[in-house]
Amino acid sequence: MKKKNRVKNIILGILTVLVILIFSFPFLWMLLASFKTQAQIMSTEDVLLFKPTFDNYKSVFEQYDFLDFIVNSLVVAVVSTIGSLLLGLPAAYAIARYKMQKLSLVILVARIVPGITFLIPWYILFSKIGLVDTYTALILSHMLVGLPFIIWVMMSFFEGLPHEIEEAGLIDGATKSQVFLKIIMPISGPGVITSSLLSFIFSWNNFMFSIILAGDKTKTLPVAVFNFISYSETNWGALMAAACIITLPVLIIALVAQRYIVSGLAAGAVKG
Amino acid sequence: MGYNWFDRNLKWIYTMPALLFVLLMMVFPILYTGRISFYEWSMSATEPPRWVGLENYKALLTDGRFWHAVGATFTFTAGALFFQAILGIAIAMLLNRTFRGQNLVKTLFLLPMVATPVAMGLVWMLIYEPTIGAANQMLKFFGLDPLLWLGSPNQVLPSLIIIDVWEWTPMIALIIMAGLSTLPNDPYEAADVDGATAWQKFRHITLPLLRPTIVVALLLRLIDVLKTYDIIYATTQGGPNFASETLNLYGYVLGFQYFKMGPASTLLVLFFLLVMALTLALIWVRKKVEA
Repeated sequence: MKKKNRVKNIILGILTVLVILIFSFPFLWMLLASFKTQAQIMSTEDVLLFKPTFDNYKSVFEQYDFLDFIVNSLVVAVVSTIGSLLLGLPAAYAIARYKMQKLSLVILVARIVPGITFLIPWYILFSKIGLVDTYTALILSHMLVGLPFIIWVMMSFFEGLPHEIEEAGLIDGATKSQVFLKIIMPISGPGVITSSLLSFIFSWNNFMFSIILAGDKTKTLPVAVFNFISYSETNWGALMAAACIITLPVLIIALVAQRYIVSGLAAGAVKG
Repeated sequence: MGYNWFDRNLKWIYTMPALLFVLLMMVFPILYTGRISFYEWSMSATEPPRWVGLENYKALLTDGRFWHAVGATFTFTAGALFFQAILGIAIAMLLNRTFRGQNLVKTLFLLPMVATPVAMGLVWMLIYEPTIGAANQMLKFFGLDPLLWLGSPNQVLPSLIIIDVWEWTPMIALIIMAGLSTLPNDPYEAADVDGATAWQKFRHITLPLLRPTIVVALLLRLIDVLKTYDIIYATTQGGPNFASETLNLYGYVLGFQYFKMGPASTLLVLFFLLVMALTLALIWVRKKVEA
Protein backbone atom coordinates (compact mmCIF):
# COMPACT_ATOMS: atom_id res chain seq x y z
CA MET A 1 0.00 0.00 0.00
CA LYS A 2 2.77 2.43 0.98
CA LYS A 3 4.75 1.68 -2.17
CA LYS A 4 1.70 2.16 -4.34
CA ASN A 5 1.19 5.57 -2.75
CA ARG A 6 4.75 6.58 -3.48
CA VAL A 7 4.46 5.64 -7.14
CA LYS A 8 1.22 7.57 -7.30
CA ASN A 9 2.84 10.63 -5.77
CA ILE A 10 5.72 10.53 -8.23
CA ILE A 11 3.33 10.31 -11.17
CA LEU A 12 1.27 13.22 -9.83
CA GLY A 13 4.47 15.20 -9.28
CA ILE A 14 5.62 14.63 -12.85
CA LEU A 15 2.20 15.62 -14.16
CA THR A 16 2.25 18.82 -12.08
CA VAL A 17 5.68 19.77 -13.41
CA LEU A 18 4.49 19.06 -16.95
CA VAL A 19 1.41 21.25 -16.54
CA ILE A 20 3.49 24.10 -15.15
CA LEU A 21 6.03 23.76 -17.96
CA ILE A 22 3.32 23.91 -20.62
CA PHE A 23 1.62 26.93 -19.06
CA SER A 24 4.87 28.85 -18.50
CA PHE A 25 6.33 27.94 -21.89
CA PRO A 26 5.15 31.07 -23.77
CA PHE A 27 6.70 33.27 -21.05
CA LEU A 28 10.01 31.41 -21.26
CA TRP A 29 9.96 31.65 -25.03
CA MET A 30 9.22 35.38 -24.91
CA LEU A 31 12.02 36.00 -22.39
CA LEU A 32 14.57 33.95 -24.37
CA ALA A 33 13.69 35.57 -27.69
CA SER A 34 13.93 39.07 -26.19
CA PHE A 35 17.66 38.43 -25.60
CA LYS A 36 18.34 36.97 -29.06
CA THR A 37 19.46 38.61 -32.27
CA GLN A 38 17.20 38.24 -35.29
CA ALA A 39 19.64 35.65 -36.68
CA GLN A 40 19.52 33.63 -33.48
CA ILE A 41 15.73 33.66 -33.53
CA MET A 42 15.68 32.59 -37.18
CA SER A 43 17.95 29.63 -36.51
CA THR A 44 16.36 26.56 -34.98
CA GLU A 45 19.63 25.42 -33.42
CA ASP A 46 20.96 26.38 -30.00
CA VAL A 47 17.50 27.31 -28.81
CA LEU A 48 18.50 27.41 -25.15
CA LEU A 49 22.24 28.13 -25.32
CA PHE A 50 23.11 31.41 -26.99
CA LYS A 51 25.03 34.61 -26.32
CA PRO A 52 22.44 37.05 -24.91
CA THR A 53 22.15 40.55 -26.34
CA PHE A 54 20.50 43.63 -24.87
CA ASP A 55 20.17 45.34 -28.24
CA ASN A 56 16.44 44.58 -28.44
CA TYR A 57 15.71 46.43 -25.22
CA LYS A 58 17.97 49.29 -26.29
CA SER A 59 16.23 49.63 -29.65
CA VAL A 60 12.79 49.56 -28.04
CA PHE A 61 13.67 52.61 -25.96
CA GLU A 62 15.84 54.38 -28.51
CA GLN A 63 13.88 53.94 -31.74
CA TYR A 64 10.41 54.25 -30.29
CA ASP A 65 9.15 56.59 -27.56
CA PHE A 66 8.57 53.64 -25.32
CA LEU A 67 8.93 55.70 -22.16
CA ASP A 68 6.04 57.92 -23.31
CA PHE A 69 3.85 54.87 -23.81
CA ILE A 70 4.71 53.57 -20.36
CA VAL A 71 3.78 56.94 -18.83
CA ASN A 72 0.51 57.03 -20.82
CA SER A 73 -0.42 53.54 -19.67
CA LEU A 74 0.43 54.32 -16.06
CA VAL A 75 -1.52 57.58 -15.98
CA VAL A 76 -4.63 56.00 -17.50
CA ALA A 77 -4.47 52.88 -15.31
CA VAL A 78 -3.84 54.74 -12.06
CA VAL A 79 -6.35 57.54 -12.59
CA SER A 80 -9.10 55.24 -13.88
CA THR A 81 -8.61 52.96 -10.88
CA ILE A 82 -8.74 55.86 -8.42
CA GLY A 83 -11.83 57.22 -10.17
CA SER A 84 -13.49 53.81 -10.04
CA LEU A 85 -12.69 53.51 -6.33
CA LEU A 86 -14.11 56.97 -5.55
CA LEU A 87 -17.38 56.22 -7.34
CA GLY A 88 -17.45 52.51 -6.59
CA LEU A 89 -16.71 52.19 -2.87
CA PRO A 90 -19.65 54.27 -1.57
CA ALA A 91 -21.96 52.71 -4.17
CA ALA A 92 -20.89 49.18 -3.26
CA TYR A 93 -21.40 49.96 0.43
CA ALA A 94 -24.90 51.35 -0.10
CA ILE A 95 -25.91 48.48 -2.40
CA ALA A 96 -24.65 45.92 0.13
CA ARG A 97 -26.14 47.59 3.24
CA TYR A 98 -29.51 48.61 1.83
CA LYS A 99 -29.88 45.50 -0.32
CA MET A 100 -30.44 47.49 -3.53
CA GLN A 101 -31.03 44.43 -5.71
CA LYS A 102 -32.00 46.30 -8.86
CA LEU A 103 -28.80 48.32 -8.81
CA SER A 104 -26.69 45.23 -8.36
CA LEU A 105 -28.41 43.86 -11.45
CA VAL A 106 -27.44 47.00 -13.39
CA ILE A 107 -23.84 46.43 -12.34
CA LEU A 108 -24.01 42.81 -13.45
CA VAL A 109 -25.32 43.89 -16.85
CA ALA A 110 -22.47 46.39 -17.12
CA ARG A 111 -20.07 43.50 -16.70
CA ILE A 112 -21.79 41.35 -19.31
CA VAL A 113 -22.43 43.78 -22.17
CA PRO A 114 -19.79 43.54 -24.92
CA GLY A 115 -17.57 46.61 -24.67
CA ILE A 116 -17.66 47.14 -28.41
CA THR A 117 -21.35 48.11 -28.13
CA PHE A 118 -20.32 51.39 -26.47
CA LEU A 119 -17.39 52.07 -28.69
CA ILE A 120 -19.23 53.50 -31.69
CA PRO A 121 -21.27 56.06 -29.71
CA TRP A 122 -18.23 57.01 -27.64
CA TYR A 123 -16.14 57.48 -30.73
CA ILE A 124 -18.79 59.64 -32.39
CA LEU A 125 -19.35 61.68 -29.23
CA PHE A 126 -15.69 62.04 -28.32
CA SER A 127 -14.74 63.10 -31.86
CA LYS A 128 -17.49 65.73 -31.81
CA ILE A 129 -16.27 67.32 -28.58
CA GLY A 130 -12.59 66.82 -29.42
CA LEU A 131 -11.85 64.25 -26.74
CA VAL A 132 -10.33 61.57 -28.97
CA ASP A 133 -6.63 61.20 -28.17
CA THR A 134 -6.99 62.66 -24.68
CA TYR A 135 -6.44 61.05 -21.30
CA THR A 136 -10.04 61.93 -20.38
CA ALA A 137 -11.55 59.69 -23.05
CA LEU A 138 -9.26 56.79 -22.17
CA ILE A 139 -9.79 57.14 -18.44
CA LEU A 140 -13.58 57.34 -18.78
CA SER A 141 -13.69 54.28 -21.02
CA HIS A 142 -11.38 52.25 -18.79
CA MET A 143 -13.48 53.21 -15.78
CA LEU A 144 -16.41 51.43 -17.36
CA VAL A 145 -14.44 48.21 -16.92
CA GLY A 146 -12.99 49.05 -13.51
CA LEU A 147 -16.07 50.52 -11.84
CA PRO A 148 -18.49 47.57 -12.23
CA PHE A 149 -15.71 45.21 -11.22
CA ILE A 150 -14.84 47.18 -8.08
CA ILE A 151 -18.50 47.49 -7.11
CA TRP A 152 -19.00 43.77 -7.67
CA VAL A 153 -16.04 42.70 -5.54
CA MET A 154 -16.64 45.26 -2.78
CA MET A 155 -20.36 44.46 -2.58
CA SER A 156 -19.63 40.93 -1.45
CA PHE A 157 -16.82 42.19 0.79
CA PHE A 158 -19.12 44.66 2.61
CA GLU A 159 -21.87 42.05 2.86
CA GLY A 160 -19.42 39.83 4.70
CA LEU A 161 -18.71 42.41 7.43
CA PRO A 162 -20.69 41.92 10.64
CA HIS A 163 -23.48 44.45 11.27
CA GLU A 164 -22.44 44.89 14.92
CA ILE A 165 -19.43 47.00 13.93
CA GLU A 166 -21.66 49.66 12.41
CA GLU A 167 -24.29 49.51 15.12
CA ALA A 168 -21.67 50.17 17.78
CA GLY A 169 -20.57 53.28 15.89
CA LEU A 170 -24.13 54.55 15.47
CA ILE A 171 -24.86 54.12 19.19
CA ASP A 172 -21.77 56.19 19.93
CA GLY A 173 -23.44 59.02 18.02
CA ALA A 174 -21.53 58.83 14.74
CA THR A 175 -23.40 59.65 11.53
CA LYS A 176 -23.75 56.94 8.90
CA SER A 177 -21.14 58.54 6.66
CA GLN A 178 -18.72 58.78 9.60
CA VAL A 179 -19.30 55.09 10.20
CA PHE A 180 -18.47 54.36 6.57
CA LEU A 181 -15.39 56.57 6.41
CA LYS A 182 -13.92 56.03 9.87
CA ILE A 183 -15.00 52.50 10.79
CA ILE A 184 -15.74 50.54 7.61
CA MET A 185 -13.06 51.89 5.27
CA PRO A 186 -10.11 51.27 7.62
CA ILE A 187 -10.97 47.57 7.88
CA SER A 188 -11.63 47.17 4.14
CA GLY A 189 -7.98 47.05 3.11
CA PRO A 190 -7.97 43.51 1.69
CA GLY A 191 -11.05 44.15 -0.45
CA VAL A 192 -9.77 47.48 -1.71
CA ILE A 193 -6.35 46.03 -2.56
CA THR A 194 -7.90 43.11 -4.44
CA SER A 195 -10.33 45.18 -6.46
CA SER A 196 -7.95 48.02 -7.27
CA LEU A 197 -5.10 45.74 -8.30
CA LEU A 198 -7.38 43.95 -10.75
CA SER A 199 -8.88 47.21 -11.97
CA PHE A 200 -5.32 48.45 -12.60
CA ILE A 201 -4.44 45.26 -14.49
CA PHE A 202 -7.60 45.44 -16.64
CA SER A 203 -6.77 49.01 -17.61
CA TRP A 204 -3.07 48.26 -18.19
CA ASN A 205 -4.05 45.37 -20.50
CA ASN A 206 -6.92 47.13 -22.27
CA PHE A 207 -6.57 47.10 -26.03
CA MET A 208 -10.01 47.44 -27.59
CA PHE A 209 -10.93 50.84 -26.17
CA SER A 210 -7.42 52.24 -26.41
CA ILE A 211 -6.83 51.36 -30.04
CA ILE A 212 -9.84 53.50 -31.01
CA LEU A 213 -9.73 56.27 -28.44
CA ALA A 214 -5.97 56.76 -28.12
CA GLY A 215 -4.00 58.74 -30.67
CA ASP A 216 -0.36 59.65 -31.11
CA LYS A 217 -0.23 61.70 -27.91
CA THR A 218 -1.90 59.19 -25.60
CA LYS A 219 -0.95 55.86 -27.16
CA THR A 220 -0.88 53.21 -24.44
CA LEU A 221 1.49 50.23 -24.36
CA PRO A 222 -0.81 47.56 -25.84
CA VAL A 223 -1.56 49.81 -28.83
CA ALA A 224 2.11 50.74 -29.23
CA VAL A 225 3.22 47.12 -29.14
CA PHE A 226 0.53 46.17 -31.64
CA ASN A 227 1.69 48.94 -33.99
CA PHE A 228 5.18 47.43 -33.98
CA ILE A 229 3.88 44.58 -36.14
CA SER A 230 2.03 46.67 -38.66
CA TYR A 231 4.72 49.27 -39.33
CA SER A 232 7.95 47.36 -39.73
CA GLU A 233 8.88 43.97 -41.05
CA THR A 234 8.73 41.70 -38.09
CA ASN A 235 11.70 42.36 -35.82
CA TRP A 236 10.94 39.48 -33.47
CA GLY A 237 13.60 40.33 -30.88
CA ALA A 238 12.36 43.90 -30.36
CA LEU A 239 8.77 42.70 -30.40
CA MET A 240 9.49 40.19 -27.65
CA ALA A 241 11.45 42.78 -25.64
CA ALA A 242 8.43 45.07 -25.86
CA ALA A 243 6.15 42.21 -24.84
CA CYS A 244 8.39 41.51 -21.82
CA ILE A 245 8.35 45.16 -20.72
CA ILE A 246 4.58 45.44 -20.96
CA THR A 247 4.00 42.13 -19.14
CA LEU A 248 6.55 42.69 -16.38
CA PRO A 249 4.51 44.99 -14.06
CA VAL A 250 1.50 42.71 -14.23
CA LEU A 251 3.63 39.66 -13.50
CA ILE A 252 5.23 41.40 -10.52
CA ILE A 253 1.80 42.31 -9.15
CA ALA A 254 0.66 38.71 -9.58
CA LEU A 255 3.76 37.34 -7.86
CA VAL A 256 3.68 39.75 -4.93
CA ALA A 257 -0.08 39.85 -4.41
CA GLN A 258 -1.02 36.35 -5.54
CA ARG A 259 -3.50 35.88 -2.69
CA TYR A 260 -5.39 39.07 -3.56
CA ILE A 261 -5.49 38.37 -7.28
CA VAL A 262 -6.87 34.87 -6.80
CA SER A 263 -9.58 36.05 -4.44
CA GLY A 264 -10.48 38.87 -6.86
CA LEU A 265 -10.72 36.61 -9.87
CA ALA A 266 -12.73 34.11 -7.85
CA ALA A 267 -15.00 36.80 -6.40
CA GLY A 268 -16.91 37.06 -9.64
CA ALA A 269 -17.49 33.34 -9.42
CA VAL A 270 -18.66 33.05 -5.85
CA LYS A 271 -21.60 35.37 -6.33
CA GLY A 272 -21.78 35.42 -10.12
CA MET B 1 -30.31 69.16 10.38
CA GLY B 2 -27.89 68.85 7.45
CA TYR B 3 -26.42 65.70 8.88
CA ASN B 4 -29.87 64.19 9.28
CA TRP B 5 -30.83 64.87 5.71
CA PHE B 6 -27.53 63.41 4.50
CA ASP B 7 -27.93 60.34 6.68
CA ARG B 8 -31.51 59.66 5.63
CA ASN B 9 -30.65 59.87 1.94
CA LEU B 10 -27.30 58.19 2.28
CA LYS B 11 -28.17 55.25 0.07
CA TRP B 12 -29.00 57.54 -2.87
CA ILE B 13 -26.13 59.96 -2.27
CA TYR B 14 -23.66 57.08 -2.22
CA THR B 15 -24.98 55.35 -5.31
CA MET B 16 -25.90 58.39 -7.43
CA PRO B 17 -22.41 59.22 -8.84
CA ALA B 18 -21.76 55.62 -9.90
CA LEU B 19 -25.27 55.28 -11.28
CA LEU B 20 -24.99 58.51 -13.28
CA PHE B 21 -21.67 57.37 -14.65
CA VAL B 22 -23.09 54.03 -15.75
CA LEU B 23 -26.15 55.73 -17.28
CA LEU B 24 -24.06 58.23 -19.23
CA MET B 25 -21.32 55.86 -20.31
CA MET B 26 -23.31 52.68 -20.82
CA VAL B 27 -27.08 53.03 -21.07
CA PHE B 28 -26.99 56.11 -23.26
CA PRO B 29 -24.44 54.61 -25.70
CA ILE B 30 -26.47 51.41 -26.01
CA LEU B 31 -29.60 53.42 -26.84
CA TYR B 32 -27.61 55.52 -29.28
CA THR B 33 -26.26 52.39 -30.96
CA GLY B 34 -29.85 51.15 -31.24
CA ARG B 35 -30.87 54.40 -32.93
CA ILE B 36 -27.96 54.50 -35.39
CA SER B 37 -28.83 50.95 -36.44
CA PHE B 38 -31.85 52.45 -38.30
CA TYR B 39 -29.69 55.01 -40.12
CA GLU B 40 -27.05 55.13 -42.78
CA TRP B 41 -24.08 57.25 -41.86
CA SER B 42 -20.35 57.27 -42.62
CA MET B 43 -19.45 59.77 -39.86
CA SER B 44 -19.24 62.51 -42.47
CA ALA B 45 -19.69 66.02 -41.12
CA THR B 46 -21.42 67.29 -44.25
CA GLU B 47 -23.78 64.37 -44.80
CA PRO B 48 -26.09 63.84 -41.84
CA PRO B 49 -27.34 60.35 -40.91
CA ARG B 50 -30.09 59.16 -43.27
CA TRP B 51 -33.08 57.18 -41.95
CA VAL B 52 -33.29 53.76 -43.65
CA GLY B 53 -35.67 51.92 -41.35
CA LEU B 54 -35.05 48.19 -41.20
CA GLU B 55 -32.80 48.16 -44.28
CA ASN B 56 -29.62 47.60 -42.23
CA TYR B 57 -31.18 44.61 -40.48
CA LYS B 58 -32.41 43.10 -43.78
CA ALA B 59 -29.01 43.62 -45.37
CA LEU B 60 -27.12 42.14 -42.46
CA LEU B 61 -29.32 39.07 -42.13
CA THR B 62 -28.72 38.26 -45.82
CA ASP B 63 -25.00 39.08 -45.61
CA GLY B 64 -22.89 35.93 -45.99
CA ARG B 65 -20.00 37.50 -44.10
CA PHE B 66 -22.28 38.10 -41.10
CA TRP B 67 -23.39 34.45 -40.95
CA HIS B 68 -19.81 33.39 -41.38
CA ALA B 69 -18.93 35.53 -38.36
CA VAL B 70 -21.78 33.93 -36.40
CA GLY B 71 -20.34 30.50 -37.26
CA ALA B 72 -16.80 31.51 -36.32
CA THR B 73 -18.01 32.94 -33.01
CA PHE B 74 -19.85 29.73 -32.12
CA THR B 75 -17.01 27.44 -33.21
CA PHE B 76 -14.46 29.44 -31.23
CA THR B 77 -16.67 29.68 -28.15
CA ALA B 78 -17.72 26.03 -28.12
CA GLY B 79 -14.20 24.76 -28.75
CA ALA B 80 -12.59 26.99 -26.13
CA LEU B 81 -15.22 26.22 -23.47
CA PHE B 82 -15.11 22.46 -24.09
CA PHE B 83 -11.36 22.12 -23.64
CA GLN B 84 -11.19 24.64 -20.80
CA ALA B 85 -13.84 22.72 -18.88
CA ILE B 86 -12.16 19.33 -19.24
CA LEU B 87 -8.62 20.58 -18.66
CA GLY B 88 -9.74 22.91 -15.88
CA ILE B 89 -11.39 20.09 -13.93
CA ALA B 90 -8.44 17.74 -14.53
CA ILE B 91 -5.86 20.32 -13.43
CA ALA B 92 -7.91 21.32 -10.39
CA MET B 93 -8.02 17.66 -9.30
CA LEU B 94 -4.27 17.38 -9.93
CA LEU B 95 -3.33 20.46 -7.91
CA ASN B 96 -5.86 19.87 -5.13
CA ARG B 97 -3.47 18.22 -2.67
CA THR B 98 -0.71 19.44 -0.41
CA PHE B 99 2.75 19.32 -1.92
CA ARG B 100 5.97 21.28 -1.71
CA GLY B 101 6.03 24.48 -3.76
CA GLN B 102 2.23 24.56 -3.91
CA ASN B 103 2.07 28.34 -3.71
CA LEU B 104 4.66 28.88 -6.40
CA VAL B 105 2.79 26.50 -8.70
CA LYS B 106 -0.47 28.36 -8.13
CA THR B 107 1.23 31.70 -8.81
CA LEU B 108 2.83 30.51 -12.03
CA PHE B 109 -0.53 29.13 -13.03
CA LEU B 110 -2.08 32.57 -12.52
CA LEU B 111 0.20 34.32 -14.99
CA PRO B 112 -1.48 33.50 -18.34
CA MET B 113 -4.73 35.22 -17.36
CA VAL B 114 -3.22 38.43 -16.00
CA ALA B 115 -0.54 38.90 -18.67
CA THR B 116 -1.39 41.52 -21.29
CA PRO B 117 -3.35 39.68 -24.03
CA VAL B 118 -1.89 41.69 -26.91
CA ALA B 119 1.65 40.88 -25.80
CA MET B 120 0.71 37.22 -25.40
CA GLY B 121 -0.81 37.30 -28.88
CA LEU B 122 2.57 38.43 -30.25
CA VAL B 123 4.35 35.66 -28.36
CA TRP B 124 1.98 33.09 -29.80
CA MET B 125 2.56 34.52 -33.29
CA LEU B 126 6.23 33.72 -32.83
CA ILE B 127 5.40 30.26 -31.46
CA TYR B 128 3.11 29.56 -34.43
CA GLU B 129 5.52 31.01 -37.02
CA PRO B 130 5.67 28.19 -39.62
CA THR B 131 9.44 28.17 -40.28
CA ILE B 132 11.01 29.23 -36.97
CA GLY B 133 8.16 28.75 -34.48
CA ALA B 134 8.30 26.40 -31.52
CA ALA B 135 5.01 24.74 -32.48
CA ASN B 136 6.34 23.27 -35.73
CA GLN B 137 9.67 22.37 -34.12
CA MET B 138 7.69 20.41 -31.56
CA LEU B 139 5.73 18.64 -34.33
CA LYS B 140 9.01 17.86 -36.11
CA PHE B 141 10.45 16.43 -32.90
CA PHE B 142 7.54 13.98 -32.76
CA GLY B 143 7.96 13.19 -36.46
CA LEU B 144 4.79 15.01 -37.54
CA ASP B 145 4.25 17.26 -40.55
CA PRO B 146 4.47 21.02 -39.95
CA LEU B 147 1.26 23.07 -39.91
CA LEU B 148 0.45 26.60 -41.05
CA TRP B 149 -1.36 27.41 -37.79
CA LEU B 150 -2.61 31.03 -37.88
CA GLY B 151 -1.80 31.22 -41.61
CA SER B 152 -4.33 28.65 -42.77
CA PRO B 153 -8.09 29.27 -42.94
CA ASN B 154 -8.70 25.74 -41.64
CA GLN B 155 -6.23 25.82 -38.80
CA VAL B 156 -6.65 29.38 -37.58
CA LEU B 157 -9.65 28.79 -35.29
CA PRO B 158 -8.15 25.72 -33.57
CA SER B 159 -4.90 27.68 -33.16
CA LEU B 160 -6.75 30.57 -31.54
CA ILE B 161 -8.69 28.13 -29.35
CA ILE B 162 -5.36 26.77 -28.08
CA ILE B 163 -4.32 30.32 -27.10
CA ASP B 164 -7.58 30.93 -25.28
CA VAL B 165 -7.37 27.55 -23.54
CA TRP B 166 -3.81 28.35 -22.43
CA GLU B 167 -4.90 31.76 -21.19
CA TRP B 168 -8.09 30.84 -19.36
CA THR B 169 -7.99 27.19 -18.24
CA PRO B 170 -6.30 28.43 -15.03
CA MET B 171 -9.40 30.50 -14.27
CA ILE B 172 -11.68 27.45 -14.41
CA ALA B 173 -9.17 25.40 -12.40
CA LEU B 174 -8.95 28.09 -9.70
CA ILE B 175 -12.72 28.36 -9.36
CA ILE B 176 -13.07 24.58 -9.18
CA MET B 177 -10.27 24.35 -6.61
CA ALA B 178 -12.15 26.90 -4.49
CA GLY B 179 -15.23 24.68 -4.87
CA LEU B 180 -13.30 21.52 -3.99
CA SER B 181 -12.15 23.03 -0.71
CA THR B 182 -15.75 23.41 0.45
CA LEU B 183 -16.83 19.81 -0.24
CA PRO B 184 -17.89 17.75 2.80
CA ASN B 185 -15.76 14.81 3.94
CA ASP B 186 -18.50 12.36 4.92
CA PRO B 187 -19.42 11.01 1.46
CA TYR B 188 -15.77 10.16 0.79
CA GLU B 189 -15.41 8.36 4.10
CA ALA B 190 -18.56 6.37 3.38
CA ALA B 191 -17.22 5.55 -0.10
CA ASP B 192 -13.92 4.38 1.39
CA VAL B 193 -15.80 2.04 3.69
CA ASP B 194 -17.60 0.64 0.63
CA GLY B 195 -14.26 0.20 -1.12
CA ALA B 196 -14.91 2.64 -3.98
CA THR B 197 -12.10 3.33 -6.48
CA ALA B 198 -10.72 6.83 -6.97
CA TRP B 199 -12.50 7.12 -10.31
CA GLN B 200 -15.82 6.01 -8.79
CA LYS B 201 -15.44 8.61 -6.05
CA PHE B 202 -14.69 11.29 -8.62
CA ARG B 203 -17.51 10.23 -10.93
CA HIS B 204 -20.23 9.71 -8.31
CA ILE B 205 -19.31 12.14 -5.51
CA THR B 206 -16.99 14.93 -6.65
CA LEU B 207 -18.52 15.63 -10.03
CA PRO B 208 -22.16 15.84 -8.87
CA LEU B 209 -21.22 17.98 -5.86
CA LEU B 210 -19.15 20.29 -8.07
CA ARG B 211 -21.82 20.70 -10.73
CA PRO B 212 -23.01 24.14 -9.59
CA THR B 213 -19.41 25.40 -9.38
CA ILE B 214 -18.62 24.09 -12.85
CA VAL B 215 -21.74 25.72 -14.29
CA VAL B 216 -20.79 29.08 -12.73
CA ALA B 217 -17.23 28.84 -14.04
CA LEU B 218 -18.46 28.04 -17.54
CA LEU B 219 -21.04 30.82 -17.40
CA LEU B 220 -18.33 33.36 -16.57
CA ARG B 221 -16.11 32.05 -19.33
CA LEU B 222 -18.95 31.94 -21.87
CA ILE B 223 -19.62 35.64 -21.38
CA ASP B 224 -15.97 36.45 -21.96
CA VAL B 225 -15.17 33.98 -24.74
CA LEU B 226 -18.03 35.35 -26.86
CA LYS B 227 -16.42 38.78 -26.58
CA THR B 228 -12.83 37.70 -27.26
CA TYR B 229 -11.14 40.46 -29.19
CA ASP B 230 -7.56 41.22 -28.14
CA ILE B 231 -5.99 37.88 -29.00
CA ILE B 232 -7.78 37.54 -32.33
CA TYR B 233 -7.22 41.09 -33.49
CA ALA B 234 -3.57 41.10 -32.43
CA THR B 235 -2.72 37.85 -34.21
CA THR B 236 -4.95 37.60 -37.31
CA GLN B 237 -7.25 40.66 -37.52
CA GLY B 238 -9.92 38.18 -38.56
CA GLY B 239 -7.91 36.53 -41.32
CA PRO B 240 -6.78 34.65 -43.24
CA ASN B 241 -9.65 35.01 -45.67
CA PHE B 242 -12.02 36.11 -42.83
CA ALA B 243 -11.70 32.62 -41.31
CA SER B 244 -11.26 33.97 -37.76
CA GLU B 245 -13.60 36.93 -38.12
CA THR B 246 -15.97 36.66 -35.15
CA LEU B 247 -18.95 38.94 -34.57
CA ASN B 248 -16.88 41.21 -32.35
CA LEU B 249 -14.27 41.65 -35.08
CA TYR B 250 -16.74 42.10 -37.92
CA GLY B 251 -18.51 44.80 -35.92
CA TYR B 252 -15.18 46.51 -35.37
CA VAL B 253 -14.26 46.29 -39.07
CA LEU B 254 -17.66 47.64 -40.20
CA GLY B 255 -17.44 50.55 -37.79
CA PHE B 256 -13.82 51.58 -37.70
CA GLN B 257 -12.39 50.39 -41.01
CA TYR B 258 -15.35 50.86 -43.38
CA PHE B 259 -16.99 53.60 -41.26
CA LYS B 260 -20.40 52.09 -42.00
CA MET B 261 -21.87 53.20 -38.69
CA GLY B 262 -25.41 51.97 -39.50
CA PRO B 263 -24.60 48.34 -40.35
CA ALA B 264 -21.97 48.24 -37.59
CA SER B 265 -24.55 49.37 -35.03
CA THR B 266 -27.05 46.85 -36.37
CA LEU B 267 -24.52 44.07 -35.86
CA LEU B 268 -23.72 45.30 -32.37
CA VAL B 269 -27.40 45.38 -31.43
CA LEU B 270 -27.78 41.76 -32.54
CA PHE B 271 -24.51 40.79 -30.81
CA PHE B 272 -25.67 42.51 -27.62
CA LEU B 273 -28.99 40.64 -27.72
CA LEU B 274 -27.19 37.35 -28.36
CA VAL B 275 -24.84 37.79 -25.39
CA MET B 276 -27.71 38.82 -23.10
CA ALA B 277 -29.92 35.93 -24.25
CA LEU B 278 -27.20 33.33 -23.76
CA THR B 279 -26.33 34.73 -20.34
CA LEU B 280 -29.96 34.67 -19.22
CA ALA B 281 -30.36 31.14 -20.56
CA LEU B 282 -27.33 30.02 -18.58
CA ILE B 283 -28.46 31.74 -15.40
CA TRP B 284 -31.73 29.87 -15.84
CA VAL B 285 -29.90 26.57 -16.33
CA ARG B 286 -27.82 27.33 -13.24
CA LYS B 287 -30.96 27.84 -11.15
CA LYS B 288 -32.25 24.47 -12.42
CA VAL B 289 -28.97 22.76 -11.55
CA GLU B 290 -28.91 24.23 -8.07
CA ALA B 291 -32.55 23.50 -7.32
